[in-house]
Amino acid sequence: MAKKIRILLAKPGLDGHDRGAKVLARCFRDAGFEVIYTGCHNTPEQIVNAAIQEDVDMVGLSCLSGAHTYLYPEVVQQLKDRGVTDIPVVGGGIIPDRDMQPLYDAGLKAIFTPGATLDSIVEWINTNIAAKE
Amino acid sequence: MEELGKRALTGDIRAVSRLIRNIEDQVPNTHEAIKHIFPFTGRAHVVGITGAPGAGKSTLTDQLICSIRAKNKTVGVMAVDPSSPFTGGALLGDRIRMLRHADDPGVFVRSLATRGAMGGLSKAVGDGIHVLDVMGKDVIIVETVGVGQQEVDIINHAHTVLVVLVPGMGDEVQAIKAGLMEVADIFIINKADREGARKLYKETLSMMDMGKFPSGWRPPIVMVESNLEPHSFAKSVDELYEKIQEHYKFLYDNNLLQERAQLKVQTEINDALRSAILEPVLNKLIETGEFDQMVQKLLKKETDPYTLADEVAAKYLIK
Repeated sequence: MAKKIRILLAKPGLDGHDRGAKVLARCFRDAGFEVIYTGCHNTPEQIVNAAIQEDVDMVGLSCLSGAHTYLYPEVVQQLKDRGVTDIPVVGGGIIPDRDMQPLYDAGLKAIFTPGATLDSIVEWINTNIAAKE
Repeated sequence: MEELGKRALTGDIRAVSRLIRNIEDQVPNTHEAIKHIFPFTGRAHVVGITGAPGAGKSTLTDQLICSIRAKNKTVGVMAVDPSSPFTGGALLGDRIRMLRHADDPGVFVRSLATRGAMGGLSKAVGDGIHVLDVMGKDVIIVETVGVGQQEVDIINHAHTVLVVLVPGMGDEVQAIKAGLMEVADIFIINKADREGARKLYKETLSMMDMGKFPSGWRPPIVMVESNLEPHSFAKSVDELYEKIQEHYKFLYDNNLLQERAQLKVQTEINDALRSAILEPVLNKLIETGEFDQMVQKLLKKETDPYTLADEVAAKYLIK
């Protein structure tokens, strides 16, 4: 057996600032994960379908446009609606403090904001996203 | 595990993606699921698309999906990107180009990493094709990693192989070299609006004029211009799909599908024997520490690899 952690990295909504997502994709690759990067302007529907078809262990969302309070919970909800409860959703970006708790309440498993080191994100994944089964 | 196979047969998306995942991860007993679905395989038209990195394979695949869907046929895609030889990690980015199909229930896209396989594919591709086949996809597109001259494993899995060429990659000697240029059923000259496309066309043509085509199929060359002109791009890819269908019909009419199937079956037996015979022995050797001892012996030049292999064979193979 040769289990690999598979991560979907996506940018929902109208936001073309993908430097952060690309840095993360590269960082995850170097950490030994398989990263499926779907680029910018994804709808929550597209992200959910991709997550299911790719059978990933985790979905990572990046959004810098301020629409995270709508888009992130929407991805979590649509996964739930499709009967998928075993794929955790993690978010990052410019997230004001006052939005943190509502996002956790909506089902986000972790939120990484500016200042979070790459190492701390990889460590979180290694600790919390054990390969399934 | 057999249950997963049964669910895949009904087209259950989660079962299909989990099954492919298990094949990739080599989860024990995954073979049970494959045993279950194998009798139902062989229905889909498998199209391989290969070419150098950045030649436009994913973008062509995306447009090809449109052409196929316009004929009311369903599509499964397996897109392979390379794993790092250092960390084992991978960045799978083919999906970016195919995003517009993510909401179409008639399209299933799966990204795979090579995980050390050398021929331009992932080891999971062979069984992965079976899974997409039995889930009911009419056409299965297998996109290889960006290849060089030699990574041509795709011919063992596809009925129709598309080789994507782009202008500016070398002189006409490249066109008569062995390997990639020999495996094409259809040539695509992509980015044909760029300088050198005409020259590449002529070189490819004269390369074929020197060739013999015992099967009777002479690979056509399809020119495709930039996707920045969406209308003409779509039209060229529609033409490409017509050629793909022509090729399948040609194989069918001349009883050549069987020949292609034979290549796939030979590869499959080879792989299955490897996993049934070689892998257990290797695992055993590693478990018992014998493998390390062998490495040490070789380093000290106490013996040679062939003597060691003979010893292992004598011990584990019942003649």
